[in-house]
Amino acid sequence: MISREEVEHIARLSRLRFEEDELERLQHGLSAILDYVKTLGELDLDGLEPTAHAVDLKNVLRADEPGVCLSQAAAVANGPVVEAGQFVVPRIG
Amino acid sequence: MEVFSLTARACRDLLGSGEASATELVDLYLDQVERVDDRVGAFLLVDREGALAQAAAVDAKPRAERLPWEGVPIALKDLLCVEGMETTCASRILKGYRPPYDATVVAKLRAAGLVLLGKLNMDEFAMGSSTENSSVQLTHNPWDLERVPGGSSGGSAACVAAAEAPWSLGSDTGGSIRQPASLCGVVGMKPTYGAVSRYGLIAFASSLDQIGPLTRDVSDAAALLDIIAGKDPMDSTSVGLPAPIALPTRTDLTGLRFGVIREFLGEACEPGVRRVFDGAVAAIHAAGGVCDELQLPSVEKGLAAYYIIAPAEASSNLARFDGVRFGHRSEGASDLIDMYSRTRSEGFGEEVKRRIMIGTYVLSSGYYDAYYTQAQKTRTLIADDFRRAFGQVDYLISPTSPTVAFRIGERTQDPLAMYLSDLCTIPANLAGLPAISIPAGLSDGLPVGLQIVGPHFSEQGLLEAAYAVEQGLGLSDLPPIAEAAR
Repeated sequence: MISREEVEHIARLSRLRFEEDELERLQHGLSAILDYVKTLGELDLDGLEPTAHAVDLKNVLRADEPGVCLSQAAAVANGPVVEAGQFVVPRIG
Repeated sequence: MEVFSLTARACRDLLGSGEASATELVDLYLDQVERVDDRVGAFLLVDREGALAQAAAVDAKPRAERLPWEGVPIALKDLLCVEGMETTCASRILKGYRPPYDATVVAKLRAAGLVLLGKLNMDEFAMGSSTENSSVQLTHNPWDLERVPGGSSGGSAACVAAAEAPWSLGSDTGGSIRQPASLCGVVGMKPTYGAVSRYGLIAFASSLDQIGPLTRDVSDAAALLDIIAGKDPMDSTSVGLPAPIALPTRTDLTGLRFGVIREFLGEACEPGVRRVFDGAVAAIHAAGGVCDELQLPSVEKGLAAYYIIAPAEASSNLARFDGVRFGHRSEGASDLIDMYSRTRSEGFGEEVKRRIMIGTYVLSSGYYDAYYTQAQKTRTLIADDFRRAFGQVDYLISPTSPTVAFRIGERTQDPLAMYLSDLCTIPANLAGLPAISIPAGLSDGLPVGLQIVGPHFSEQGLLEAAYAVEQGLGLSDLPPIAEAAR
């Protein structure tokens, strides 16, 4: 069972916040899932390389040429708060 | 015109012969949406005006100058970006988001002249197996409105089953095309990883995600795959297919060997599903194919590996939803970090938060090797098992889903029970293999799908084999809503 402190720590890293009752439910829910995925420990995985990508591809390169890209106006058009073509955010810290 | 009898090919033929105009076809499907979608709930957005304008432009062109599929309607899962059309992944956090560009598959559909009807419901960010995680609405299975359509491409499967569109696109990270196709009695195909560009597909787990067709039959799946496949400079993981996909013609399976994956016929598999599956095996025999049971011991661990890898990738991919550049932003935050946390807590639903938490946990310092590296090694083990199996047989078969469509609400309280829905489909994603689900029959009036998995980039052969099985089974069942629509 993962601890309450761990759940709170992971929530902070995830930039998520939870109510008291949610934290409790998460503690049980996450523990059940983690116990299940831990069953991988039963496998003999010695000597196997990890797979990050299922199809054999290496070093995909392209020519370094300028192409078309979004205009500034289009790039910021979905911003919740935009001023002078920039995203506005609350003060930092 | 009987809308339930129409495949996309039939639409194409009606347009080609002049028996129907593109506008008439769009009207036909919009009428069907009007008639049934308050009960089915497949659509999040119907672009009536846009579709009619596109259709009018097709009708204004002389028939001889049109492309083969020009004027045929299609609908899209709501995680595919369409320029200017609201695209939300069925999440509150993307409400109001209008992408500034088209996904590559959407650009390809447009280039082929297809008419976009609208956007389809899904589990939020494609995380789920029943479409119940949509923040917007439930989608109901057209075969039994009290049941789920599967997920996460539940809207894409239900809309084809209810004849609200001749075909649709979905995405498949752990079974999200094939499982809903199975539960709704339609064809669903996940291509080889890299066959189709993911540019403009809002990412869930980038090493597993793949876009694919949901259709009424195998030939339509072949036609739609041919339209969307291809290498794309905007997606460096895209490879394309070795050759254009032709409509399948094979009806004789002589010389082909099919491996029955024994691990997927265990306790989790319902007796009714097993019965229908055995019928499909008999159809393969009758068409001249050989079926042998074989063991792929590692595939049972696929689910556990998946629930490490997919949340890990998701926790990273979903970091971009922070209230700065698009979608929802929480009001009244005291500073930037507070704004991030409030925005994400208000914007994401329960399952998405759960997966971000799992993903963050397994990637966090001290746990990375114990979870993530183990899962990636398991992925190697599974890929090796498949490679060995394809040394003995041409294709692997199993039920697509261990159960038929379950009741709405039945699994929402137990994430692990929900995850089990994807037991048989996940291994193909982990190994990057192409896989198709085709209707195999009914169990107590509910559809059961047959899954066929092939080696990397074997799409043409896989479609030929699926077509032969489809012809052998000769099914013509329609959902009850088809009768009600008459």
